Order: sequence, then structure tokens, then C-alpha cells
Amino acid sequence: MKNGQAAIVIKNLTKKFNSFSAVSDISLTVARGELFGLLGPNGAGKTTLIKMLATLLKPTSGQAMISGFDVIKDRNEVRNSIGIVFQETALDNKLTGFENLDFHSVMYGMGKKARMKKIKEVLELVELSDKSDQLVEKYSGGMKRRLEIARGLIHEPKVLFLDEPTLGLDAQTRRHIWDYIKKLNSEKEITIIITTHYMEEADYLCDRVGIMDKGKIVAIDSPVNLKNTIGADIIRLEITGEYEIDIFKNFDFIKDIKKLNGLVNLSVTEGESKIPLLLKAAQDNNIKVISVTLNKPSLEDVFLKFTGKMIRENEANAQDINRENMRRGINR
Amino acid sequence: MKIINFNAIYILWLREMKRTWRAKSRIIATILMPLFFLAFLGFGFRRASIPGLPEDVNYSIFLVPGIIGMTMLFTSTIAGFSFLWDKEFGFLKEIMVTPVSRLSIVIGRIAGGATISIFQGLIILFLSYIFGFRIPGIFAFLLTFLLMLIISFTFIGMGLIFASRMKDIHGFSLIVNFVVFPIFFLSGAIYPLDEMPKFIRILTYIDPLTYGVDGLRNILIGSSTFPFLFDFAIMLLVCVIFLVVGSYLFEKSEVN
Repeated sequence: MKNGQAAIVIKNLTKKFNSFSAVSDISLTVARGELFGLLGPNGAGKTTLIKMLATLLKPTSGQAMISGFDVIKDRNEVRNSIGIVFQETALDNKLTGFENLDFHSVMYGMGKKARMKKIKEVLELVELSDKSDQLVEKYSGGMKRRLEIARGLIHEPKVLFLDEPTLGLDAQTRRHIWDYIKKLNSEKEITIIITTHYMEEADYLCDRVGIMDKGKIVAIDSPVNLKNTIGADIIRLEITGEYEIDIFKNFDFIKDIKKLNGLVNLSVTEGESKIPLLLKAAQDNNIKVISVTLNKPSLEDVFLKFTGKMIRENEANAQDINRENMRRGINR
Repeated sequence: MKIINFNAIYILWLREMKRTWRAKSRIIATILMPLFFLAFLGFGFRRASIPGLPEDVNYSIFLVPGIIGMTMLFTSTIAGFSFLWDKEFGFLKEIMVTPVSRLSIVIGRIAGGATISIFQGLIILFLSYIFGFRIPGIFAFLLTFLLMLIISFTFIGMGLIFASRMKDIHGFSLIVNFVVFPIFFLSGAIYPLDEMPKFIRILTYIDPLTYGVDGLRNILIGSSTFPFLFDFAIMLLVCVIFLVVGSYLFEKSEVN
């Protein structure tokens, strides 16, 4: 892929807060019209990366081009060609939905006629036309999100950043927003970069997914290909007491073993036929198996493979919490 | 990109107007506070003999220019701080990511804040008719308006300086208690400064509002410590310095 055809080209991009690298040495190219996902736990550096691309933070080192414009040198051209929906709500609650959109379009230098036409159009797209004269403080969480997505589209950006667009929304609203995002991407041919820590979201939406951990992209491919790297089913054994995973190493059919406290994840093919063999081996070695689950591979498993941990927040270990606190303390 | 984007300045100004208009309880509170000062201090010390007070001026009248200065001080500082509120509620990011120059953003904000604080100052000026105060004439009124504008810009600039250096709104009450209130008390807004002990007088000379209040008093009741042009020149100088420094610091600040 030539740079001229790419929506985003990132080279060795790094952002340090004091000595802490929130984003370290990331290189990445996103094609025009691609729906690209950044998947990672809180504190992985997704938001910092997005903020650098959106010209809100200055990179410590490295380079990034959006639609051929440099995020450091051509800030205003970059700002003109991107739209962004932030992780936290960034609406003025004391203005109506319409006024929020109007404010935005004036700031982007649109004329009156173009503004009215575009605002009407995006309001219809997110189905908020009848609510546009209400103050935003009266909106529900889902409505606010939709309004923000609408706002991100008014000035017809070439690249749209969505930072955790469905965080904290109920399943139904989430589905709804996913459909908008797909529609936008296919109908308007907008390049979309979405960050998320929801596996289903990345799996359902994205053409390609980059898995981010500790400021680095550790794996990058389509969801299908990523799942294929697991190449197999996962048998998860829940075990009590002390045990050695060595006993499973004698089986040739086990491709990969991951131990996680009381859980052992085994990558195998045709998992259903291997369960009896494994259980017998466990019994022979006096290992107490409490439960067995067989999973067809998901992005969660891919994530576990590349980062050695689960993505869910409640499983974040002490080190991650520390990093998160550090990030918050510095970023505030 | 235009450095000065008038459409953006206008929409930023309009936003301030709408927000203020929709928070009516806040407008009422910011008008009632100076009104209470006028009423209670004025009536309370009506018969007191206050050394340094001009002979033919009663205390209620003496107080009016001071309370106008106070209104400008408080409303303008808060306006300068409003960036922090936007930061707290996330809207600042939305503003900062647009292709509008930081300078236009600052100007829009200053225009909005100054409009509101002048409006409140004028309300106090007119309401002081209740206490027997009379504006000397149209020229005096215009001059008062001009000086109010400069005082307003000065303290918006000051608010901006603090807001750019602070990470969140938690330090706001600290600034109000340890910066804004001393500026108010040391400005001579509610008592003449001539009788102050020497070391405090030095502080009053450092306080920019001293010159604002003294200037207002000169125009409105014809009594002052310094010549009017001196007050005016000092006020203008501080105003320019604060605005330039405030805008500079704001431009440098990153939105995280």
C-alpha cells in the first residue's frame, strides 16, 4: 500500500508522560475506507494514541500522517479532515442538541445554508430530529452518544475516531450504534478508527483489529485471521489445589498451554473428543478438576494469547491498576 | 487558517450568552450578593464617622463605585475560570479539536465573559439609585463604562492565567479565598485606604483593583486618591499584561 492511498500512516509514534511511556514506538497504516479497531484494556494507550492523531497531544517522538497531513506540522488541515467522538461526553448540557451541532459547524467554518442542510441530515441519520430542540441535559446516555456521532460527521471528515463509543451503554443501544457505524463506513466511505475493550464490538465491526497492550500493538490482523492464530478450540479446565501443567505436555495434540491461577487453557483441535483423555490424565495424576468448558476461539482467547491476560477490567492485576492510576494522575 | 475567526468568536460568545441566560439562579445570585453589600454595609455604617471619607459624601454613596468594582472583579474572575469548567465537563476538548485558532477561542471567551460582567455591573449601577446614588452625567457614564470594560478584561485575564495553570476546578475556592478576596479588601472598595497602616498601604498599591475603584470613584463621586489618568493608565497596563500572559498560557496548555 502506498502512503498516498492510506488514510493514516503512523511511524514510530511515542508519547511519554515523564518517564512513563503511554504509547511506545507504534507503527501502523490504515487504508482508506477501512474500519479499524484498537482493542486493549484500560491504560493500554488507546486513548493517548487517538489524542495524538487528533492533534490534542503532542507526540514525544515519531510521526503520524492523516490524509497526507502531518499531525504535528499541519495541525489545522488534520483538524479539518477528522471527526472525533471522545470517550467521555463532550457536549454542552446547557445547549440543545441542535445548538451543539450548530456550534460545531460554525467552528468548522461552514456557511449557514450548508449548516442547516447538514445538521438536518445527520440528525435524521441518528434519529434525533424530533429531540433536537431539547437541552442535552435531558438526553439519555444513548442519545448523547448518537448526538456526538452526528456531530463528528457534520463537517464530512475523511477519518472518524470513535473512542469507546459504546462504553456504559445497554446492549440494545450498543447494537444500534454498531449499525450506525457500519452504515457510515459502507455508505459514506469514511475511514473509522474505533477503540474498544469489548471483544464482540471489535469482532462484529472491524475489518482489522490491532491488539494493544502496555503502549504497544502486539498483534494486528482481521478478526478471522486473529482467531485462526489460535487455530483450535480451547479447553478450559478449572482446577483446585497445587498442580503441575507438565502432565498435559505429553499430549501431542495440545498446541498451546496457558496457566492462569486456577484455570488451564489448552489449545486443541476437535476439542470435544479430547476432553475424556485430558480428564483421565488429570485423574491419574491426582489433579482435581472442578469444571470443563469447551470454547471455539474468540478474540478474548486471541487477546489472552498475545498479552497473557484477560481483558476484562475486574481481572486487571495490581500492576495494571498502578499504571492506570499513574496515567490518570498525569492526564488529569 | 485565519488567526482571528469572527464567526467562531461570535458563536463562542453566543454560547456564553445562552448558558448564562439559562442559569437564571446564578444571575440572580451574582446580582444579589453586591446588592446585599450595598444595603447592609450602607445602612449599617450610615451614621458611623469614617476617617478619610470625603466630607460631603455619605458612606452609602461612597460604597457604590467600590461595589461595582467588586462585581466586576468576581464575575470576571469566574468568567476567566470558565475554561476549567469546560475542561471538567469535557467540552473543552470539543473546542480544542476544531480548526479554530486558540487566539480566536480566547477572544470569544473574553468577549462573552466581559459582556456578562459588564451587564451585571450596570445593573448594580442602576439599582444603586435606590440608595440615593445618581450618575453625574452621560459623559461620566461613558467613562465609567470604559473603565468597567478594562477592569473586566483585567480580571478575566487573571482568571485565565490561573485556569491555564490548574488541572481541575478543585483549586478554585482556594483562589477565591486567597487571591480574589484579598484583592477586593485591599482595593479600598468598602473603606478609604488613606488610614491604612503603612505596610498594608504598600499592598494596596500592588492591587490593580485599587486603581479601578479609585478611577470609578473619581468619575462617579468626584473624589479620588490618584489623578484619573494615572488610575486609567495603570489599569490599562495591567489589563494588557494579564490578557497577553493569560492568552499565552492558554495557547500553551494541552488538553489531556
